[in-house]
Amino acid sequence: MPVEESLLGRTFPPTEAYDVSDERVREFAAATGSQYDGRTAPATFPIVVAFRAMTGLMTDPEVGISLHHVVHGEQRFTYTRPVVVGDRLTATLTVDSLRHIGGADIIGTRSEVADADGRPVCTAYATLVHRAPASEGTETAEEAADADR
Amino acid sequence: MQTGDVLPEQLYTVTRADLVRYSGASGDQNPIHWSDRVATSVGLPGVIAHGMFTMALAGRALDTWAGAPGKVRELGCKFTSPVVVPDDDTGVEVRVAGKVVQVTDDTVHVELEVTCGNVKVLARPRAVLGV
Repeated sequence: MPVEESLLGRTFPPTEAYDVSDERVREFAAATGSQYDGRTAPATFPIVVAFRAMTGLMTDPEVGISLHHVVHGEQRFTYTRPVVVGDRLTATLTVDSLRHIGGADIIGTRSEVADADGRPVCTAYATLVHRAPASEGTETAEEAADADR
Repeated sequence: MQTGDVLPEQLYTVTRADLVRYSGASGDQNPIHWSDRVATSVGLPGVIAHGMFTMALAGRALDTWAGAPGKVRELGCKFTSPVVVPDDDTGVEVRVAGKVVQVTDDTVHVELEVTCGNVKVLARPRAVLGV
């Protein structure tokens, strides 16, 4: 079953506030072997907050996504400033595009990550490829992701 | 950095232990990143690295080239081929190469190449660094 067309343009409620602690950033930097100066989070750290927004989309029963059939096709970040220790972040996800290619839904999402004052920190764009559970293999989804240029 | 500069290639070893650590640190605990049983049941050759872990390695290389964290203003890629990580102590090697393609007053644009065993695992990985 393809996802509902009404998903296009929909904005989900902001995620619960996420406190960026020294321990969390240190752990993320260590896991990826990244430099850590005691303050600045690695560039891909905001995925932790964006991932929560995406999980909200994927587990919404009204959306009709089958969680185990989602492939992360593409990811892009643009930064107003780096994430730093002490930030309290929320992510607000909007479905920017929705296409159906080769039996897959190509869902273009944009998660606006903001600090406690509501000021923008970064934007995380993720393309999620959702295959109908009946199809098999990942080639179709990958081809579909390639077609989404 | 100047247009046309080839940045020093970075080689990173990825083991199962790294994926377990990243699962915890990122909150992405999908079992395809730690369980062969689940990974093969969905048609994968075995446990694969998180796409975002591989992307983080690209970010790590950018920090090295920039000389400090916090310089990345844009970073993007497509996830094309999975990085299959064997259950041994050796792991696999991911190579991150980069080239400066444009320089402005306050930015450096970098095209990366991220490969594992000569296969490009990220498509069109690109970044903009602030200077």
